Amino acid sequence: MSSPTSTRTITYSEAIREGIGQAMEADDSVFMLGEDIGVYGGAFGVSGDLYHRFGPERIRDTPISELGIVGAAVGAALAGMRPIVEIQFSDFTNQAMDQIVNQAAKIHFMLGGAASVPMVLRAPLGSGTGAAAQHSQSLEAWFAHVPGLKVVMPATAEDAKGLLLSAIDDPNPVIVLEHKLLYRTSGPVPEEAVRIPLGKTAVRRTGADLSIVATGVMVSRALEAAETLAAEGIEVSVIDPRTLSPLDDAPILADVARTGRALLVQEAPGHVGFMAEIAARISESPTLYRLLAPIKRLSGLNAPIPYAPQLETASVPQVDDIVEAALTIMKES
Amino acid sequence: MPLSPLLDVDRGRAALRTMWQIRRFEEAVDDLFARGLMHGTMHLSIGQEASATGVCLALTDGDAITSTHRGHGHCIAQGADLVRMMAELLAKETGYCRGRGGSMHIADVATGNLGANGIVAGGIPIAAGAALAYQMRGEDHVVACFFGDGAANEGAFHEAVNLAAIWKLPVVFVCENNKYGMSFSTEKSMAIDTVAERAKGYGIPGVTVDGNDLEAVHEAASDAVARARAGEGPTLLENVTYRWKGHSKSDKNLYRTKEEITEWRGKDPIVRFEERLRSEGVLTQEDVDAVRAQALEDVRNAVREANSAPDADPTDLLDAVFASA
Repeated sequence: MSSPTSTRTITYSEAIREGIGQAMEADDSVFMLGEDIGVYGGAFGVSGDLYHRFGPERIRDTPISELGIVGAAVGAALAGMRPIVEIQFSDFTNQAMDQIVNQAAKIHFMLGGAASVPMVLRAPLGSGTGAAAQHSQSLEAWFAHVPGLKVVMPATAEDAKGLLLSAIDDPNPVIVLEHKLLYRTSGPVPEEAVRIPLGKTAVRRTGADLSIVATGVMVSRALEAAETLAAEGIEVSVIDPRTLSPLDDAPILADVARTGRALLVQEAPGHVGFMAEIAARISESPTLYRLLAPIKRLSGLNAPIPYAPQLETASVPQVDDIVEAALTIMKES
Repeated sequence: MPLSPLLDVDRGRAALRTMWQIRRFEEAVDDLFARGLMHGTMHLSIGQEASATGVCLALTDGDAITSTHRGHGHCIAQGADLVRMMAELLAKETGYCRGRGGSMHIADVATGNLGANGIVAGGIPIAAGAALAYQMRGEDHVVACFFGDGAANEGAFHEAVNLAAIWKLPVVFVCENNKYGMSFSTEKSMAIDTVAERAKGYGIPGVTVDGNDLEAVHEAASDAVARARAGEGPTLLENVTYRWKGHSKSDKNLYRTKEEITEWRGKDPIVRFEERLRSEGVLTQEDVDAVRAQALEDVRNAVREANSAPDADPTDLLDAVFASA
């Protein structure tokens, strides 16, 4: 029996905070730990007033110790809690990689299913803030490559809340990669603690001519490009996998089979990236025979993210780049 | 000075049996491996039995441990079933991890063994986290976190001990200093004499004991456990001991002398405890012999039963990657 929901417009970071607050109200085993999440309110302001609502035990400020924090979350999860770790920048997950990759991801498997690690690791990714190479990476492919990790990249405020609530419920380690540029964007979000299931691709827009698959901040750029393309008489679909692992590829394959054209857009460098997986899935399926043009990938440069604003902008796909790539595909077919 | 509580007929016999089970289990594993009947690699703790036994005897039901790649002793001392352990090492479906874990990742969650770990120091932050869970829920359980001297040089050790210290988590950090991190001696790997000295840097007690003295280990561990249970936070306990065998099955033992190994074999922690039991009149030689015979029979039975179990089945391998709600 589903209760009626009322929706209002709030920001992506407010949506995340609301989701955490509702999960903590509903379940005493949910708690947060991370650097500067207490009185400070989080490096990106996500935890905000949660410290004042739930206190220092459950909104737990930590020393700067990413490995220790994630490891403590793994242990707490093994012992029956549901920790939510905030890593200030996803780049810093490098410090904690053993606990993420060798411990959290593998414990359920190594123990033959005897125990699981129900934890959430939230971390902002992506460029666009002038923070340069060590604070601007998009590392989603690293995590999606590891069996045992679930990886989520919410592109809207509603998804940010709904996917996070599902991630908290999930009995596995879930990596939630939030885009820095999305924190201040707004959208309609249900007031209730509505879950968006993990592993369900979203079709954001449907068009007859071309399927654009995009992740993270590239979803909104693809939607903006779609408007421009529509003005030129080209109708595109925009598809957002939302969960990168496990991947729900059926809606992607079906849409590409229908349009016959695929443009795959990611901010991360293209080499061995997530969109290479999408391209492979299309190539391995009967959808391949429906293609009217070669699959096209539009990715960040295979380079670290630079500091200078014009260099940073030039390093990752922008709306114009998406429009141009779409027009190229249309001409090729 | 009061006698150790282990110098009691029942407890003394039980402790001795645990140590002999560990020794005989690992000898059996060594033999099965040498004969090509066991797969993978093994890290044996022969010579270190007093550390695992003394610490785990200081724990009670509901307490937990985390363990290391050299974890057979911890697993047995914490109460694991020898048959299921042997089945895991023999790649059987009935093993603790259904053949997915093997020696280095063995765990028995039911007895509070949260897992051995193939990564040096990997279990230390996990132990702190389990202790955090107990503290947050107001439960008075304690975690004993086993690791080696090598792990004390990893960043994970520092971060976890620091977190446990500032939050006063109920955890006992048990360093089994067996003198070598693989081939690298503690003299070369540390500029200080004992691992326990590092406790000062975290504002917690650091205690070094003779890790081959079961009573000393048990007494120090009991104090640390009591302290943790009382909400006074972690202790760094260092059990100085020695592994008679190589680091793993590929070790040619080029980094230490035969004389050194022989000297430490002369400090056998099991024989030493037997002598104590006899000299204090707790057990007779006949009793001791019976405990030895029983442990041998326990392990033989484990090998027999495990061997007759079905092999681990590859058909559902993918099922264990993710837990279902």
